[in-house]
Amino acid sequence: MGIDRRTFLKGLGTGAALAAPGCFSFPGKLEAAGPAANKEFMGVLVDTTRCVGCRTCEQACAEAHNLPAPDLNDATVFEKTRQTTETQWAVVNGFKTEKGELFAKKQCMHCNQPGCVAACPVKAMEKREEGPVTWDTNCIGCRYCMVSCPFDIPKFEHHSAAPKLQKCNLCWERLSKGEKPACVEACPAEALAFGPRRELIEEANRRIYKNSGEYFPHIYGEYEAGGTSYLYLSSVPFEKIGFRTDLGITAYPEYTKGFLYSVPVILLLWPAFLSGISAITKRKDEVRSKEGGKL
Amino acid sequence: MNRTATTVQISSFKDFLIFMRSELKPKGKILTPFNLITGSIILLGALLILYRFFAGLGSVVHSSSEYPWGIWIGFIVMVGVAFAGGAYVTAFIVYVLRGEKYHSIVRMAVLNGFLAYVFYAGAILLDLGRWWNIANPLIGNRFGVNSVLFLVAWHFLLYMLAQLVEISPAFAEWLGLKKARKFLSSLTLGAVIVGITLSTLHQSGLGALFLMAKWKIHPLWYTEFIPLLFFVSSIYAGLAVVIFIGTISFRVFEKDRIDEEYKAAWDDIVIDLGKACAVTMFVYFFLQVLVLIHGKNWPLLNTGMGYWYLAELVGLLLLPGFLFSWGVRSGNPAPIRIAAVLTMLGVIINRVDYSIIAYKWYLPLSERYIPTVMEVVITLAIVFTMVWVFRWIVNRVPILKKPPQWAIEQEREEEGVERVVAYGPQLGVTMADGGSSIKREKKTR
Repeated sequence: MGIDRRTFLKGLGTGAALAAPGCFSFPGKLEAAGPAANKEFMGVLVDTTRCVGCRTCEQACAEAHNLPAPDLNDATVFEKTRQTTETQWAVVNGFKTEKGELFAKKQCMHCNQPGCVAACPVKAMEKREEGPVTWDTNCIGCRYCMVSCPFDIPKFEHHSAAPKLQKCNLCWERLSKGEKPACVEACPAEALAFGPRRELIEEANRRIYKNSGEYFPHIYGEYEAGGTSYLYLSSVPFEKIGFRTDLGITAYPEYTKGFLYSVPVILLLWPAFLSGISAITKRKDEVRSKEGGKL
Repeated sequence: MNRTATTVQISSFKDFLIFMRSELKPKGKILTPFNLITGSIILLGALLILYRFFAGLGSVVHSSSEYPWGIWIGFIVMVGVAFAGGAYVTAFIVYVLRGEKYHSIVRMAVLNGFLAYVFYAGAILLDLGRWWNIANPLIGNRFGVNSVLFLVAWHFLLYMLAQLVEISPAFAEWLGLKKARKFLSSLTLGAVIVGITLSTLHQSGLGALFLMAKWKIHPLWYTEFIPLLFFVSSIYAGLAVVIFIGTISFRVFEKDRIDEEYKAAWDDIVIDLGKACAVTMFVYFFLQVLVLIHGKNWPLLNTGMGYWYLAELVGLLLLPGFLFSWGVRSGNPAPIRIAAVLTMLGVIINRVDYSIIAYKWYLPLSERYIPTVMEVVITLAIVFTMVWVFRWIVNRVPILKKPPQWAIEQEREEEGVERVVAYGPQLGVTMADGGSSIKREKKTR
């Protein structure tokens, strides 16, 4: 026979050994798939029609996280659309629109199913039960979270010998003490509201219905990239105040799910398939040599 | 002749030291132009690497929060891994399909693959911001099991070990370790099968890394089939590299490092490899066209990025594909060698596209990632160090020359036993007598 018992068992063993880590890699229920029992994702509703662009939230954010304080009197910051940086986790941008100048705060959106969390090989990025997406020091610094973030938020400290990934953490340390995020507490115009995400969506819908015509009828973040903890209201279409409106409603981890599912399948089938080919070619060789042919 | 392998008889640790001392000496001229140039780049690179660890990544590389990955990932890792594909493809042909004709090149291909992985793993260490945590995904300082990169990291490590097992009999032959060789070569087929499986996932996994960068990569490059495209292209990329490295190796290494029969068989092998390249390249081209039609992206072809895409597809895929076919039909290895170089260039551009060129293609040039000189020097230093190590090993270990006589005999013996057992009933041989009938049978052969 081309295949004896030992070879067969060896092949089987190889397949099983390979399959073990394969089962391990079943995405199954994604870690970030939903809230734990009795807990709801908290979130922040940003009503850009109320924002006056005072940037008090930036200051409060810097204070809460020991970051360099921004100069609030510097009006030149509105000349260009700013991105968050490793030392500015929240930035307010101004946009000239047909409804006057509008301001929009930019920070981590705290996706319901974050791309960064699915990307992280060590779970340094984590979606907490309370809603925030946080970073931890077991990070290896691969920056795959930066590649995978639909909003391009995580920032890497390039000029440090012990760099961190920096971004808004929804003041998770304050949340666990029962306090609101620093920016929400500091906002003098009530443009920011903190609460359970579900209630914030209700509130946002109420505002849209009650003041018809004042709002563009869409809540940014309700469905974008699978839904986010930060939600926005605007009086103009969102692309006019610096938002990407082409993200789709698919949660980002879904994009790698197909590949991840195929991994255990290949780990199981490939060794068996290859062992089969090997057994066939070996048999051929043997027959040939038995018949006196050349190897 | 096999100077080293046949004469070595190591019986004590002292013998081993004497042997190693003689082996560590350089085997050729030291002050050649190649050595001087590459040597100084390696030295400079080493200094810059030290600087990078003390002053942070941004002190050496172009630091931009728009481009998380520069040429260390985009070129060294992405291209390096694709170029190492020759190891699993050749191992598949030789050990699984039992293509005995190609036995002479399998060690070269596997050695190249193994070194590529070792050095590119090194490059990852350089690129990781928090490199001291590199073992975290392996030791379970949290297993990020939902992460493509987590799988890639594991496959990287396991495949490196599989390749080490595959190449280890050559080192045992070099050191004259007969028992070790016997044991290690019994593991080869298993390591090859595991290795091919891991490679399939690893090559496609590198492509899957980009699946979540959906809007950041130009739609002509972004498709849900990136993993499949990466896997298929690694087949011809790896083979093109085997053609490239083999062609150079059979020319530059001194006569006593190369077996005459191997050298004589090389041109014929090149043509067969060219055939395999041509077939996989046309398969790849077909897949690309399907993806293009399926995505309804043809209007984008008439844009700047579209021309770049077409240049890659026509100039560095179809053209070398036809050159391969031409070489195969006319039995002429020359066009195949040119095609191999063009193919390698095409794969380099393709991989760099994903992390750099087609990545945020819409940004103005001033905001785009352009590697710094220091980054480039370190990259070259890594590649040249690999070339040096490859050369060092080929000069000592039977990679391009035949194994020593005892190893060939060992192999024959193994095969003999297997065959005798396999035909046990007809030959009147049995395992039940403690092996004496097998011994008797072997004597009569």
